[in-house]
Amino acid sequence: MTAVSMWLHDETGAAAGILAGLRHPISGLDHVLAMLAVGLWGAQLGKPAVWLLPVAFPMTMALGGTLGLIGVPLPGVEIGIAVSALALGAMVLTESRPPLAVAGALVAFFAVFHGHAHGTELPEGTSGALYSVGFVVATGLLHACGIGIGLVHRWPAGRLAIRAAGAVVASGGVVFLWRALA
Amino acid sequence: MRLRWTAAALALLAAPAEAHLVQTGFGTFYDGIAHLALTPADLLVVIALGLLAGLRGAPASRRVLLAVPAAWLAGGLAGSAAPGAGGVPWGTAISVVLVGALVAADARLPDRIVVGLAAAAGALHGAANGATLAPEGGDALTLLGAAVAAFALVTLLSALVVSLHAPWARIAVRVSGSWVAAIGLLMIGWIAR
Repeated sequence: MTAVSMWLHDETGAAAGILAGLRHPISGLDHVLAMLAVGLWGAQLGKPAVWLLPVAFPMTMALGGTLGLIGVPLPGVEIGIAVSALALGAMVLTESRPPLAVAGALVAFFAVFHGHAHGTELPEGTSGALYSVGFVVATGLLHACGIGIGLVHRWPAGRLAIRAAGAVVASGGVVFLWRALA
Repeated sequence: MRLRWTAAALALLAAPAEAHLVQTGFGTFYDGIAHLALTPADLLVVIALGLLAGLRGAPASRRVLLAVPAAWLAGGLAGSAAPGAGGVPWGTAISVVLVGALVAADARLPDRIVVGLAAAAGALHGAANGATLAPEGGDALTLLGAAVAAFALVTLLSALVVSLHAPWARIAVRVSGSWVAAIGLLMIGWIAR
């Protein structure tokens, strides 16, 4: 009976961990808009950025998450997340085409802030490893959604629509920045 | 004596912090299969090894799919010689990061390096299984179950990846590798916490 109780406790924690991880990146509009913008910008830039950006983001996001987990403070996390939406939205809006290394570095830099926020907000009683699995997968799927939407870039009307989406993301960034600074 | 020291060293590097033996009710062989399926670090490293082998082609995959379960079983038997040893799971988390990063980078490694890496990772994770599951009632059949599950997963994944020729499909494999590496990095964070 005791063994059964422990097993149920473990599995409840595991299920709660993966669900909490999957939910965290989509629970805040600031995360969602920034992730979608990464995918949209990658679609605008084409190969190899379309896969390099979604590869760079989770790796450095995990570094940020690790900093958050071990208690290393990162000043201005909410400001960094808001600026990420603003900057990435602006890149999509203006269809900027910086060198690949610059685009990768920019995305990687902002990923640290998103990761740190995920790393410091683990709900009590959940499995840390499965929480990590959940939020990495959810982040990757948001990028995939952005890339999928960005496929309309091949049509002139689609290009305009993507730039309009960039304007929406950048506007959201302004609102988030206002709130973070208030 | 040398074997005992080797087993203790492997277990010290490998022992997962939250390892527990899943009791399926179908016997210890199936408990081993379930353990692999439900242990994130073990499952992720096997997935990443299957993807890495598949990216390197059929000859490398044929060797890796034999090396991983053989090393897993050997490491497990060595690890069970030092039951309960360790508690520092850095080795398993680092192996997840390393193999995931190699997949993400589509590293063009020689076949012998890929096979050696697969064997080392298999031995490390197997040793973790052996050291932590033995005190909980795991036996050689449990380790065999985990090794067979690893064999099946590596075989399926490497065969799938070898058959992929579309550039976007191989890119999807590399993105999956970056996810594995990212999760491994976070596991290191959890250990250090």
